[in-house]
Amino acid sequence: MAERERLLAGSASGHFQARTQVMTADDVARAVKRMAHEILERNHGSAGVMLIGMQTGGVALAVRLATAVTEIEGSQIPVGTLDATMHRDDFGLRPVMPEASTEIPEDPTGKTIVLVDDVLFTGRTVRAALDAIHSYGRPQAIQLAVMVDRGHRELPIRPDYVGKNLPTRRDEMVDVNDSGVELGEMVS
Amino acid sequence: MTATTLRQRGPKHLLSMADLDRDDIEQILNLTESFAEVGERSIPRVPALRGKTIAWLFYEDSTRTRLSFETAAKRLSADTMNFSVGSSSVNKGESLRDTVETIAAMGIDGIVVRHGAAGAPRQVSEWTDASVINAGDGWHQHPTQSLLDLYTARQHLDELDGKHIAIIGDIKHSRVARSNALGFSAMGARVTLVAPPTLLPSTLDGWPVEATHDLDAVLEELDICYLLRMQLERQGQAVVPSLREYHNEYGLTSARADRLPNDALIMHPGPMNRGVEIAGEVADRPAAVITEQVANGVSVRMAVLFLLLGSGLDVVDEQRAIA
Repeated sequence: MAERERLLAGSASGHFQARTQVMTADDVARAVKRMAHEILERNHGSAGVMLIGMQTGGVALAVRLATAVTEIEGSQIPVGTLDATMHRDDFGLRPVMPEASTEIPEDPTGKTIVLVDDVLFTGRTVRAALDAIHSYGRPQAIQLAVMVDRGHRELPIRPDYVGKNLPTRRDEMVDVNDSGVELGEMVS
Repeated sequence: MTATTLRQRGPKHLLSMADLDRDDIEQILNLTESFAEVGERSIPRVPALRGKTIAWLFYEDSTRTRLSFETAAKRLSADTMNFSVGSSSVNKGESLRDTVETIAAMGIDGIVVRHGAAGAPRQVSEWTDASVINAGDGWHQHPTQSLLDLYTARQHLDELDGKHIAIIGDIKHSRVARSNALGFSAMGARVTLVAPPTLLPSTLDGWPVEATHDLDAVLEELDICYLLRMQLERQGQAVVPSLREYHNEYGLTSARADRLPNDALIMHPGPMNRGVEIAGEVADRPAAVITEQVANGVSVRMAVLFLLLGSGLDVVDEQRAIA
């Protein structure tokens, strides 16, 4: 979500400046592999599991997790995307525009959905995504996988699969990109 | 008429296609795609306009536009307030202004206005803080119809630049023709109006269009064949000798439909008079996207309602004004 919020914040809030490299690309690759194992272990295989990447930061991670699952089990699992913008609770407080697509490849009813995002922060996006998923059907269970849990939750939401727990200050910014994970802040 | 665009004014009202430039239209059409997806869910409802109230103020008959707006508002979880003129104090002589101020006093966020007098929605927008959407004013404008036509055409043709659309029929009495002449030419399409002399406006000065009285002369080069309903209720006197003659000269008969290019679209804003402006059989051909227009109408109206009432773009403007 970090990436998306930065996009929405636009030029008014300046731009992201990285301070520390928290994870390298190799660290992220190892974390993806471990999380794929954990997902398979927890769900006793990949049957009935669907990965849903949250737009926009979680989409690439969902695809990587699905690839890792295929490498381990040899089976394909469905991967979708979800833009929960229209279910957010901060309409009217800041500009909110849906801009990314939602694609749920199969009916989620009876399935185990693993929501995937890059950074877990306040938990409000996840709350919106939980609402959004239910307008497509009634899953058997919903689990949450994130690359970085940076704390500061405002809702009773916790991840099931975590790449890295990263203590942060509220005004810091976490960026997950191709070269790994960086911690920094917005400067104007 | 002011020439300020949607973005310059801040997206507060939607009154006329003349207020929208190409970027505005593209923004709305792109937003429409997100909302079309909502309609495909098993529970097609999002909470984006929860807590907002929208009033319908319809001084003219309307079934499809009203139902379409109503569906759009419900899919966005807005509350709606129905003001039907037949059973209200308009019958007791209340003026438009008093009616608007009364509704506004109840606390509403948006008013969707249809009125027989051109310019009534713009007038209403000066009497209230709510967002005003024009759902048709006399012969003047019907912007959401034009937006849904543009969306439908773009879905099939990808790009409207350089495409040729003929708008055929009762141009003079048609707000759809006026809206689409502006909308399609803003998107770079070439617009030709086709009608008998009695059904063309007395002057086309300032319209970005060409006009002809001969449908057969343009048929073979069209990308879109847009038929208008013969608006018998708006015509003061007999403007065509008979409906049968009109059908023979300007109706899209089977023989004419055969002469259209293979990938040309047949569009109609509805309701159709089969056998007058369009042959019954032609309306059921695959090239006729008339029911798609209706389905897209809901998505486009969701996008418009969201843009005006829920996107928070006006909040940004306020913050900028403070800063």
